[in-house]
Amino acid sequence: MSEVVKKFLYVNRKAPYGTIYAQEALEVVLIGAAFDQDVSLAFLDDGVFQLTKGQDTRAAGLKNFSPTFRALGDYEVTKLYVEQESLDERGLTLDDLQDIQYEDEDDDYEEKPSIIVVSRAEMANVMADQDVVLSF
Amino acid sequence: MKFGIVVSEGPYTHQASDSAYSFVKAALAKGHEVSRVFFYHDGVNVGTRLSVPPQDDRQIQAQWTALGKEHGLDLVICIAAAQRRGLLDQNEADRQGKDANNIAEGFRISGLGQLIEMGIQADRTITFGD
Repeated sequence: MSEVVKKFLYVNRKAPYGTIYAQEALEVVLIGAAFDQDVSLAFLDDGVFQLTKGQDTRAAGLKNFSPTFRALGDYEVTKLYVEQESLDERGLTLDDLQDIQYEDEDDDYEEKPSIIVVSRAEMANVMADQDVVLSF
Repeated sequence: MKFGIVVSEGPYTHQASDSAYSFVKAALAKGHEVSRVFFYHDGVNVGTRLSVPPQDDRQIQAQWTALGKEHGLDLVICIAAAQRRGLLDQNEADRQGKDANNIAEGFRISGLGQLIEMGIQADRTITFGD
């Protein structure tokens, strides 16, 4: 659709429910996937809660959009950077997060993990490496 | 330099749209280009013409409309965010069976693709949010 390929980073800093930021950020990611850009997602602060498994929103009367994260690989969104310190500060480990994978078409469609846990310092480097950073 | 601007908070409750307005004005005054201003989340509420702020306060929507007119700015309101929050142009009102529109002069409603396109085309994309 576009000849220019830029590095887009969507920064998710808020909990999945309580405010609409996480849900509307995901809508941008899905639309943006059609533009064939180099897309990454970052999860830090309360944003790490967006990826937790076993979310049940029925009692709150809200739509549970967390399964969508597992479909991102089909949209060629395969880099989900999660900040280690944000997990630690909230008593979370990688085991608390959904198992999100993508099929690597360059490697015989082998299933590989999309989640990349990085330190706060590494996250700064991820951000510095981008062309467009959209913060939610 | 060509700037793309995102406004992601609503008027008056948050300072985001004021800061974005000041930034755009200053950037234009310095000879920079602003390719688009994209209103998302509650930012879409900047574009209602039905707000009636006190006379001694700044008129946020009117300011944007005037600045847009003066510089030919592309002021885009996200359609998905706007539909949730009751911000409609006549076309959308007709399509959704609603009895009125409320979009202010100088704004237009379009899709999220306009945000991505802005990111691709602009030299710098700046978000004014919370």
